[in-house]
This record gives sequence, C-alpha cells and structure tokens, in this order.
Amino acid sequence: MATTRYKADLQIPLEELGLTRDEVLGMYRDMLMARAVSERLWILGRLGKVYFLVSCEGHEAAQIGSVYAMRRGHDIFIPYYRDLGVALAAGSPPLDIFLHALGKRADPYSAGRQLPGHYSRRDLNIVSGSSVVGTQIPHGVGTAYASRYRGEDAVTIVYFGEGATSKGDFHEALNFAGIHRLPVIFFCENNGWAISVPQTKQMVVQDVASKADGYGFPGLSVDGTDVLEVYRVTREAAARARQGQGPTLIEAKVFRFSSHSSNDDQTRYRTPEDLEGERAHDPVIRFQEQLLNSSVLDEVEDLQIREEVDRTLDEAMTQAEASPDPHPEDASGQVYSEG
Amino acid sequence: MPEITYRKAISQALREILQSDPRAFMIGEDIGGYQGAYAVTRGFLKEFGPERIKDTPIAESVIVGAGIGAAMAGSRPIIEIMTINFSLLAMDQIINCAAKLHYMSGGQVTVPLVIRTVSGGGTQLAASHSQSLEGWFAHVPGLKVVAPSTPYDAKGLLRAAYQDPNPVMYVEHSLLYGMKGDIPDEEYSIPLGVADVKREGSDVTIISYSRMAQVALKAAVRLEEEGIDAEVVDLRSLRPMDTETIINSVKKTSRAVVVEEGWKAMGIGAEVSARIMENALEYLDAPVQRVASADIPMPYSRPLELATLPNEDRIIEAVHRLF
Ligand SMILES: Cc1ncc(C[n+]2csc(CCOP(=O)(O)OP(=O)(O)O)c2C)c(N)n1
Repeated sequence: MATTRYKADLQIPLEELGLTRDEVLGMYRDMLMARAVSERLWILGRLGKVYFLVSCEGHEAAQIGSVYAMRRGHDIFIPYYRDLGVALAAGSPPLDIFLHALGKRADPYSAGRQLPGHYSRRDLNIVSGSSVVGTQIPHGVGTAYASRYRGEDAVTIVYFGEGATSKGDFHEALNFAGIHRLPVIFFCENNGWAISVPQTKQMVVQDVASKADGYGFPGLSVDGTDVLEVYRVTREAAARARQGQGPTLIEAKVFRFSSHSSNDDQTRYRTPEDLEGERAHDPVIRFQEQLLNSSVLDEVEDLQIREEVDRTLDEAMTQAEASPDPHPEDASGQVYSEG
Repeated sequence: MPEITYRKAISQALREILQSDPRAFMIGEDIGGYQGAYAVTRGFLKEFGPERIKDTPIAESVIVGAGIGAAMAGSRPIIEIMTINFSLLAMDQIINCAAKLHYMSGGQVTVPLVIRTVSGGGTQLAASHSQSLEGWFAHVPGLKVVAPSTPYDAKGLLRAAYQDPNPVMYVEHSLLYGMKGDIPDEEYSIPLGVADVKREGSDVTIISYSRMAQVALKAAVRLEEEGIDAEVVDLRSLRPMDTETIINSVKKTSRAVVVEEGWKAMGIGAEVSARIMENALEYLDAPVQRVASADIPMPYSRPLELATLPNEDRIIEAVHRLF
C-alpha cells in the first residue's frame, strides 16, 4: 500500500489545496520562526543557559505542514522531542519555548520540570509525555479511542522518528488502531538516523510507510521537505479519520541538519559529503523559492516577515531570560492530582 | 599502579574479556559507530568488528531477549542498555525471563548474561532520564546487581560479573566516568557480594554505594573536622548484599546512616536498615537514618534538581541527628 508522491512544480494551487494566501504565509512564517528559535536555542546552549536541546532543523516543513492540515485547538497533537515546529504551529508562542528551555518558573509546559522538547499545553490540545522513545505512540491510540467513545470528531496526530518504529510500542499501537479503525494519524519524521544508527541498520525496508501494510491501513511516504505536499497528504488522512475510515501512517522523509542533540557531535559518524549534501534539501529555502517564484510573496514582503520574526524572538528571548528561576520549594507538589 | 578513569577501567575490562574469550560479544544502541553513549566502547568497533560489536535498533526488549537467547546457547553476551531508564522497556525479559530461567528449568538452562547500564541523576536530564532504579532489580531472586563507585571496583566487579554463570545487572553512574583511581597492572576480580570499607572510623557508619559512596566520603572528611570519625561502607553489590560487613561496622560505631540516590520508600536504605534491626538492634545508640532523593520525579531546572538530590550537607545533617 506504500506509495511515494512527489510534486515538483512551483505553482501553488491555493484553491485545490484549500488554503488561503494568509495561511500559506502563516506556514512560511512559522517555518522561519521554528528555524530561528532553534538557532537561538543553540546559542543559549553554548552560553550554558540551556542545558539540553534537540533541534527541529531540517524537519520544519513536515512539522508545520502537518499541523496546518489539522484543526488547531480542536484536534489532538502528541509531539515528540524534536517537534518545536509542531508546538509553534499548534499555537504555542516562542516565549513558551524559551521559558521551557531555560527551565524557568513560568515555563507553561512544565514549570521548569521537564526536559526541553516536551511541549504540553492542555488549552491547545498538545500533550507530550516522556522522553523515552516511542512511548507516546500508544497514547495517540488512546486519545483517538476516547474521542470516538465520547462521540467527538477530534482526530489525533502523533509524531515520532523512524527510530521509534523499531519499538514494540509502535507495532502494538498500529495494530490496536488498525483493528479498531481509530481516528489517528501516525506521523513519522524519517531523518534516516537514530542518533548514530543509520536507517539501514534499523530496518530492511526502504519506506517506514510500508510497515502499515501489516496492520491493514494506508501508509504513505511523502517528501517531508515539501510543506504543501505534507499538508495535502495529512489533510486527506485527517478527512479519512474523521469519516470513520481509520488510521493512516504518514512517513515524511526529512533531513537532520544538526547533531541528534546538544550531547551529540554527528561529525563523528557522518561524512562531510553527507552533511554537505543534505543542505541542498533545506525545506525553508525550498518554500521561500516556491513562494517567490509563484508570486505569492515578493522580496519586500519576505524581508518584512523575516524582520518581524526576528523582532518577535528578540523580545521573547529577553523576556524569558529575565524571568525568574523556580524556587527550590517548587520542586515538591503536583506529584499527585488533588482531584 | 596506573591511574585511570572509571570509564577507562570499564573499557579495559571489556576489552580484555573480548580479547581473551571468543564467546564474548556486545549488543547495544550506539555502541559501535557512536562508540557508546558514554564513550565506554571507544575504538571497539574498529578493534573487534561489527559481528562482535553490534549496533541495534531502538528495541530494548529484543536487545535483552536476544542476549538471553545467546547466553542460553552458550555464548557470553555483554549487552548495553543505554541508561537504566530504558531497562523498563525490557523489564519482562529481565525479570520474568533472565532471572527465572535457571530455577524454572530445574537448573538445566543457565543465563550467563551481563547487562551493563547507567544510573543516576545530576545532569539535568529530568524525570525519565535520571532515575536510580537498581534497587528494583535487587528485589528479584535470580538476578545479581552491582554498582561500583571507583575505577578499581568497576574493573574488578565487571570481571566477576562476566565470570558469573547468572544474569548480572552491572550499573554504572553517569557522573563517575571521569573519576580517576589506581588500578593494578595484573588481572584481578572482586567477588560479587562483598562490601568494601572505604574509610575506617569509630563514631558512625555511613553505608552507601555508587556515586553516593563518593559523596559520603567527602562528607566524612568534613565530619572529621568537627570531631566525628565516620566509617564509610561501600556496598558495591546490592544483591547479594554483604550483611556481615555492615553489621560488623555498626557493632563498632553504634550509629548508622544509609545514603542512596534513589527514592527512600521501599529502597536500599530500607533494606539495609532492616538488616541492621534484625542483626544489631541492641548495639544501636540511635535510630538508623536514611538519606535519599526527594520523593518526586526528577525535575530539569538546576535549582530544582539540586533541591532533589542527596548531597554532603544532607548526609552531615543526618549524622548530626544521631548524636
Ligand atoms: C526507549 C529508549 N531507548 C533509547 C533512548 C535514547 N534515544 C533518545 S533519542 C534516540 C534516537 C531516536 O531516533 P528517531 O526515533 O529516529 O528520532 P530522531 O531523534 O532521529 O528524530 C535514542 C536512541 C530513548 N530515549 N528511549
């Protein structure tokens, strides 16, 4: 059932995609924003202010295109640690992300408790559980089960890397969702690496998408550097889910531009040619060119958007850095719910 | 006696095993190309090749399960679970299978398997990456559990773990890898189940293991300045546990503090205290004190993490409560 879809033309068929110009520019702004937040987090990391970080760089089109295909604030997002772009696009502003990464008391995701990269905002239907790989995939099955049980039409989209598809959690979750035709999208961001282990040492198959075959629902591979194509495929999957046709596995093929995390140095196990070569697949540049070439955007506006992103981030960063650290007494409490 | 790091000591023991025993091989995540999440297997892939240094998918259950199978078949696998937090994904294999196969097969099947893993917090990796779960494994008959606190112990215990015909959890600590210590040139091993008196003293016994044994030693130096002479017993093995060394020390000092990095409830401190009650109650001048992490999941932010972990000050406060 696995198929590969490509779309090379530079025209943007807004109508066919069901997107307005504002939405398309929103995607672009969010992609720029995700990239820029990530770059700033690396700087904070080098300054010793952010202790740990996992970057979204190279994954922006997959993350943001998929979120725009969902009904934000209504559908349920279960991101993994690399999904900075998902958090932003789903409505969590950059200030949240800085407060979180800096471990501040005002961190809205966890009050400074959770490892950076875990975006949870109940009001936006975003929830991120553990940093243990793949454990969120069964949660997505459960949220989808609950939505249907309660007669609500929310669709769940749950994210993970290809590395997570080696785990029992992945297989058990897909099997369960397949049997019960649950309204869930399994969204795999395949960057070809699980830390230092390349895809060829993780699985024999070419496409993660083909793993859906064993569970009786569609698996689609999509070029994850093409934000509009990701959007289109995810929107179809969401429509299927909403119509009771069950789950879809989407595999977005992406590139991991930075090392796995701030604790890693990928030059130790990847060749310079490999690292150099993947820069040709920058999803942000690709979308910029597409927008400029198709006249959705002109250069003046492009500059304005970029400046606005920078301004927003300057402010957010200053505000976050000035925000107080948690007090040691804040460590206790909330271990149990008071009901 | 050359001085080497804890990391190097483990690495050396592994290298010597691989060089001398063709039955040995290693399986784990990122142990080959990456050379180990904590750089313990640096150079191994090159030296021993991909058949003996096997990188795996993220699949802890099959890593342990395959290790069990290979051990049953007569090989001597040494497997690596990147951190003890991920051993939870392989809990059934470890506890229902590895620990029980020998007994439940009427002694026919042996599982000589070393499971190396890394425990502990203090590196701002938050709740799911900072746990000290070794006590869970020490609960289970059929498993052995060791947790060294020095390079010397690390090397000697790894040799003994490898020679043992049973599954052994070999628990390293992420903040000890850089610690230096002396190691003899000649081959040696340290029997499992034997504690070590790391410092002799007459006023109070501080019992600990792994990184907290080192913290206890530092606390002992400060206690000495105020005239309290502390003995530090490093358990080294959690199962089997060396009750005799603990009891002999407590009989001498009449006071005991148990220090662990994990949680207090149902923990190592509870176990050690109970053994003291059972064997030396009449020698005690005061109730045994326990020092452990705060009873919460480990938070990320530095001030919160520091508020959670045991430290020298807390050990010293606990000692003061005994006088
Ligand atoms: C169960 C488990 N095993 C190991 C790890 C350590 N670890 C963290 S991320 C990672 C690689 C994940 O790769 P992938 O799923 O492809 O996602 P990516 O980080 O490449 O986006 C590993 C092995 C973990 N967090 N959880």
